[in-house]
Parts: sequence; C-alpha cells; structure tokens
Amino acid sequence: MSKPLEIPTMDMTSKEVMRRIEYTGDMLLNMGPQHPSTHGVINFLVQTDGEVMKRAIPEVGYLHRSLEKIGERCTYNGYMPYTDRVDYIAAMFANQGWAMAVEKIAGIQVPKYAEYCRVIACELNRISSHLISVGTMAMDVGAVTPFPYALREREFINDLLEELCGARLTYNYLRIGGVAFDLPSGYQEKVTTFLDHFEKILDEFNRLITYNEIFIRRLAHLAPIPQQMAIDYCLVGPNLRASGVNFDVRKQLPYSVYPGLQFDIPLGKGEQGTQGDAWDRFWCRVEEMRQSCRILRQCLAQIPKEHDIMGKVPRKIKVPEGTEGYSRIESARGDMQYYVVAGAGENAHRVKIRTGSFTAMGIIDALSRGLMIADLVALIASLDVVAPEIDR
Amino acid sequence: MTFEEIHQRLAAKFGDRVGPLAPANKDPWAPVQPAAILEVCRFLQEDPDLAFDCLMNLSSVDWPKKNQIEVVYHFWSYSKQHSFIAKCLLDRGRPEIASIESVWKSADWLEREQFDLMGVVFTGHPDLRRIMLPDDWVGNPLRKDYKEQAEWHNITTTRESPLDGFVRLDELVKKKASEKKEVLQ
Repeated sequence: MSKPLEIPTMDMTSKEVMRRIEYTGDMLLNMGPQHPSTHGVINFLVQTDGEVMKRAIPEVGYLHRSLEKIGERCTYNGYMPYTDRVDYIAAMFANQGWAMAVEKIAGIQVPKYAEYCRVIACELNRISSHLISVGTMAMDVGAVTPFPYALREREFINDLLEELCGARLTYNYLRIGGVAFDLPSGYQEKVTTFLDHFEKILDEFNRLITYNEIFIRRLAHLAPIPQQMAIDYCLVGPNLRASGVNFDVRKQLPYSVYPGLQFDIPLGKGEQGTQGDAWDRFWCRVEEMRQSCRILRQCLAQIPKEHDIMGKVPRKIKVPEGTEGYSRIESARGDMQYYVVAGAGENAHRVKIRTGSFTAMGIIDALSRGLMIADLVALIASLDVVAPEIDR
Repeated sequence: MTFEEIHQRLAAKFGDRVGPLAPANKDPWAPVQPAAILEVCRFLQEDPDLAFDCLMNLSSVDWPKKNQIEVVYHFWSYSKQHSFIAKCLLDRGRPEIASIESVWKSADWLEREQFDLMGVVFTGHPDLRRIMLPDDWVGNPLRKDYKEQAEWHNITTTRESPLDGFVRLDELVKKKASEKKEVLQ
C-alpha cells in the first residue's frame, strides 16, 4: 500500500501538490443516490482505478414503497391506483397488467371496444415513455438539445391522455373489466392529427441525434450485450431486442387486440457497431415509436361502433382462495408480469410484480467491468431503468 | 410443448420427486421436492427438447394456515416458446432451498428479493443480502404475521395525527376496534 496522504497546504507549488496526492490504489466511490443521471434514486458503489471501473455494484431500494404488501390489503379494484406508481413514466401498462391478471383469475370478459381504448391509451403511453427515454439518454451523454425536442412532443401526448382520463402522469384509466371513460368526441381526429405531425418529427429527430456522427461514435460498441447473456440475465423489451432476440409479447403471445394488428418488431443489427450495443438500444426505441404510430392508426380505423366500455363485473369480485393467475404484457420497458394468488375475501393473498427494470439492474454489475465512469452513465440510460419500477 | 408434455418428461426422469400436475384452475403447476430443485433446473435447461433458457420470475407465497412457504418458479424458453411453473413447498419455520443462481443468472437478484422480503434462505447463493430494505432491518415484510418495528435509527415508522390527539397509528387502529366492540355490545 502507498504511504498515508499529506494534506496539501497553500504554500506548496502545484508540482509538489500533484506529487503528494499521487495515489495508486483503487478508489471506492459512491455514485448516487442523488445523481442526476441515475434516473431516480439509485446508488452505485463504484470501484475505480482512475477513469476505468473495475466494478459498479448497484444498491437499490430507496424507492421501495411495499406495493406488493399493499396489494394484499386492498380489494382488487382498490389496488388499481397503486399500480400507476409501479412505473410512473408508463403507468398505463402497469394498469393493464393488473387488470389482465385479475380478469384471468375471475374469468371476466372485456368488450372489444374497451380493448381498443386500452390499446390506444397504451400505445400513446409507449410513445411518451420512449420519448423520455431517448431524450434523457441523449442528455446523459452530453447532447442537451434533443431533450426539449422530445419533451415538447411528450406534452402533446400528455394533453391527449389528460383529455382521456384527467391525469397526466398516474392515469388510473383502466378498470377491471374495461376502462373508466369513453373516448371523448373528436378524439380520433385529434390523435390522427398528432400522428401526422409526430411522424415528421421522428424523421427530424433521427436527423438531429440518432444518425448524428458524434452521437454514433459515442455509443457504438459501448457495452454490447450478447444474445445469450441477455437471455440469461432475463433482459426484456427493447434491451433484449437490441441484442437481436426476436421476442415481443404483443407478437409471440398476443393479448387484447394485438393479433389483428400489423406491425414490425425492430431488432438490433449492429448497424453502427456491435450488435446489442448502446446505440442499438437507442435505435430500437426510436423505431418502436414509429411502430406504435402504425398500431395507433390501425386501432383508430378498426375501433367498433358501439361504445361498450365495461364488461359484466360483479360488484364485489370474489375468487376462490388459492386461484392463481399470471399475466404478461409488453410494457414500454418490456415484458411486465403480474403473479396473483387469490385470497379468501375480496383481496389478493399475494401479488408479485416482475418488472423489466429490476432484471436490467442485475446485469449492470457484470457489464460495468472495464468500462469508463462516463460510460456507466450512458449504460444506465441505454437500459432505460426507472427507479420506482426497480423497487416497487 | 404443452404443460402436460413437459411434466411427463420431468416425471419420467425424476420419478416421484416431481409431484402430479396441480388441477388446471388457471395456470397448472407441478410441485418439486426442495432437495431436487437444482437438478430439475439443470435438466430443464440442458435437455434439448425442453431448452428452458430463461428464469422469468421467482416469487414466494406465505401460507400461515398450512405452515408452509411456497417458492414459485416461472420458466420460459425463448427458443421453444413454451413455459412451465414449478413450486417448492418449504417449512415455514426454516425455509431453506438451494440457489439456482448457477443455472440462470437472473436468479441472483430475484432470490435476493425473496430473501429480503420473505425470509427464504437460498443456500449456495454467492451474495445473499438484503436488496430493498436496510441491512439492519428486522423481519420480513411479506410474511403474513409481520409486525413493523416502531422506529429505525430514531426515525419513526408510524404517523401520529393531530386530529386523533397524537395517538400512534397502530394504537389508533386498536382503539377504534375496541370502541366498535363496545358499541356492538
């Protein structure tokens, strides 16, 4: 070990100071919990040798709100507003996962019209979530301009969703057996107008940042995840597809009205670097927004005429104790899964929420070895982790 | 492969260490003897027809009446596109089971979560420590008989409301319950 450090004083020359603070051992740094680019409150214990990391150990739990325990105490309907808080950037999907899990164990049918309302709300939410993701990722690696571009578009979606359900962040729009409100009059035209505008903006966004030379050089070849590793660590959603695994719950295990919709699944091909690198993950999200636009246009064209927003749901939902249900949906952060075991009364005996961010955090320790500290920030951003979704 | 085919495959290999398929209420599942879990998982992963390459969920359910803790494994195969659910029934007093972190890496964090919140000990796990709660927290919140400690490092975990005369929330619940009883009597 090196000799103990002397504290530099004011009368030393700069050379003397530099010599005295020379230190050759590893440093252990705390990155977070209040670090702006960790997307919420997450702490990283970073062991570094200069700029190069030997290891980054994620410490989570700062946003643990015992959502699973609350689920055991609420009625099935009463838990719906809490699911919004699982992932506040994409709250609609957490709603849908819960609704589908309970509908499965209680055997409730959802009318076709309500399914279309759900998909329209979810796909709008997917675009707004991906906009946050790509905007903050660009900002984290130093490009500040694209962020307001992304947030400006997200404001329009927030307005649209506010008109639909009255909330801009925690929507609480879905109900078990349907949705809370019908689409307002003239909503189809409004969404179409927005999509016409947004598709042009996506091209502009691509010109501005996605195919920007500096941006590509910064992210290509950065922290590539091989296919086998991505599957082994149970990565989901765009992170998995960037590694080239062709899996989307909407396509492979279709639910709701997705079987009748035409859309493609963008896969990472290593176009600018290695397959599964940070740029591929960014590109996958941008392309998914385009596919969401396609889905929205089809939904608006196909939506049935009769405005039937709620199925037949008993006033008190009671399920025999021990009945189990498992639902999988494709959230903005990938395969979100609810595991519900029914209790004796009107509430669940156990609720388990498996989210995409939780498993994505597990891979950071393995990926961080040998990366630069500045690249850790880009890695976290490219995995699109959202702190409340990790901790629940 | 369907659930039944996968189950037959397992039953042929492991005999009575894999129990009968549970009545298909919604999603059928198969009980596995806790001692055999690591072997079963290895087989599920390595058999070319099963090829389960992903552990997608690991959870546990507390049943105080039966004095059991169930550990529930959800497997998924990306190459074959099929899934399977296995359960291990553990003694509630001493829930211990072998870690399957060596088979699927995703088990690392999922097992830590169940250790933290449910108190299931996964033997052979490389880094078994609390994940959500502080290291010196007492108890496992997802147990049905869990009582939250009143304070942690001088930070109170209960809320005293001025509207109820600054009575602690847990005491208020007791007070209201006893008042209700008196009214009924």
